[in-house]
Amino acid sequence: MGGFYGAVVVRGFRRYATYRVATAAGVFTNTVFGLIISYSYIALWDQRPHLGGYTEAQALTYVWVGQGLLAAMAQMGGGFETEMMGRINSGAIAVDLYRPADLQGWWLAADLGRAGFQLLGRGVLPIACGALVFDLALPASPLTWLLFALAVALGTVVSFAIRFLVGLSAFWLLDGAGVVQVSWIVGLFFSGMLLPLNAFPGALGDVAQALPWSAMLQVPADVLLGQRQGADALLALAFEAGWAVALLGAGRLLQGLATRRVVVHGG
Amino acid sequence: MEAEPRGGAAGERTPGTVAESVRAYRLVVRMWMRSTMSYRASFVMTAFGNFAATALDFLTIVLMFSHVEALGGFSLPEVAFLYGTASTSFGLADLLMGSMDRLGERVRDGTLDTLMLRPVPVLAQVAADRFALRRLGRVVQGLLVLGWALWRVDVHWTVLNVALLPVTLVVGAAIFCAVYVAGGAFQFWAGDAAQVQNSVTYGGATLLQYPPGVFARDLVRGVTFVVPLAFVNWLPALRMLGRPDPLGLPGWVDFAGAPVALVCCALSGLLWRAGVRSYRSTGS
Repeated sequence: MGGFYGAVVVRGFRRYATYRVATAAGVFTNTVFGLIISYSYIALWDQRPHLGGYTEAQALTYVWVGQGLLAAMAQMGGGFETEMMGRINSGAIAVDLYRPADLQGWWLAADLGRAGFQLLGRGVLPIACGALVFDLALPASPLTWLLFALAVALGTVVSFAIRFLVGLSAFWLLDGAGVVQVSWIVGLFFSGMLLPLNAFPGALGDVAQALPWSAMLQVPADVLLGQRQGADALLALAFEAGWAVALLGAGRLLQGLATRRVVVHGG
Repeated sequence: MEAEPRGGAAGERTPGTVAESVRAYRLVVRMWMRSTMSYRASFVMTAFGNFAATALDFLTIVLMFSHVEALGGFSLPEVAFLYGTASTSFGLADLLMGSMDRLGERVRDGTLDTLMLRPVPVLAQVAADRFALRRLGRVVQGLLVLGWALWRVDVHWTVLNVALLPVTLVVGAAIFCAVYVAGGAFQFWAGDAAQVQNSVTYGGATLLQYPPGVFARDLVRGVTFVVPLAFVNWLPALRMLGRPDPLGLPGWVDFAGAPVALVCCALSGLLWRAGVRSYRSTGS
């Protein structure tokens, strides 16, 4: 069965790789946003040079890593959840449930394929552009990059698991646009996309660090920037894995509840 | 099928067409509003979501100011003033014209043909398509921040400054509307690249929230002379706040917003017509 889901991953990757112009447009937009945010961070770090324990170079690296991961983590849409909601609305979900594949496993495989492409197609270039314009603090050690890759992979699974829950809400709500939007906003804020979580004041920062969204940017970025090294880096990965398992489990429970509700026209 | 350009001859355009466009726009908008209201819970959530999304934007700025007294030499109320004007103008444009970014989709799947066949101006139909009342959330949030900023900020309220504020909001909205129309026209040629316009619309709105002094000089030049976003709020706001502008432009430029917006609208209108004329339906 691994071969089957593997094939879905590959198709997910290829499906998104088809839209080259859209990918280029996305890279352009990420780069523009990276520039704007970079300048606002420079103004901030200019006055508070070690805000959140980052140097200015680290803060700028954080900005560009964030822009690079934005599409892969589907933080502003582009993921599978709207498609799945459409299928729930139209009743096509019944066909999906008939397939000899698990609903969650199918979408996870497809979404990992998508994320893999977005990471290469929309992740690498903005970071390269950022490195051309600003002095970034990118690490030299291959081990750090490996840990970063693992942190990103686990973050993608957490991102999927959250969006799967969001998608399932369509079984109860019919029009899920509102839930999708609220989940984007919460995700953007608590992942650290708007401002690094270690620059959040006091208790808000601690709470934000403990929530699953931090796996989508803050945790991978801290691993890359060497803020979390050695045993602490492993702890970071364990934190992500823990949330991934818990949220996938919750998705499985909710999927069970939801599919018992399915009544397709005609019987 | 080759699409016959609408009203193919420019000569057909009578003053009545503008009125007709507005009337069609209002009809389509009313229809979409009724449709939205049949999913009331979803409308409330999306409107709130729209409000909250932009509110978190502002919260980010507030969080930044929990560490510093001033950003680029501007205090929090002053940045809030920039934020409020930019967000209100952009919110209005997004409400009125935000649907333009779905044109590429319609070109790709061929449903634009349906709009072309109706005896109603295409621009009005595309702009009103799936009109999203929830986008009022952003306008409300922008106005709230602006209200707070006006209460806290130190502006010498001369008659000129009092008049300049509402004009600025309208001019800003018009410039963003022009960007939306130009972006829509662009999608006739490169529908898949629809996202590029986000960097001018959403990106522009984000840029204008911060003082111009924060950015590199060339970037400021670019948004003054190439895409004239500086006229949305930077130039008039700097005057109201009594701050010098980093490019050192002559003073009258601060009042040039209205003509600049008119030129933008005219140019984007021309671009739109060129786009419609070059349109070929899928399959032809």
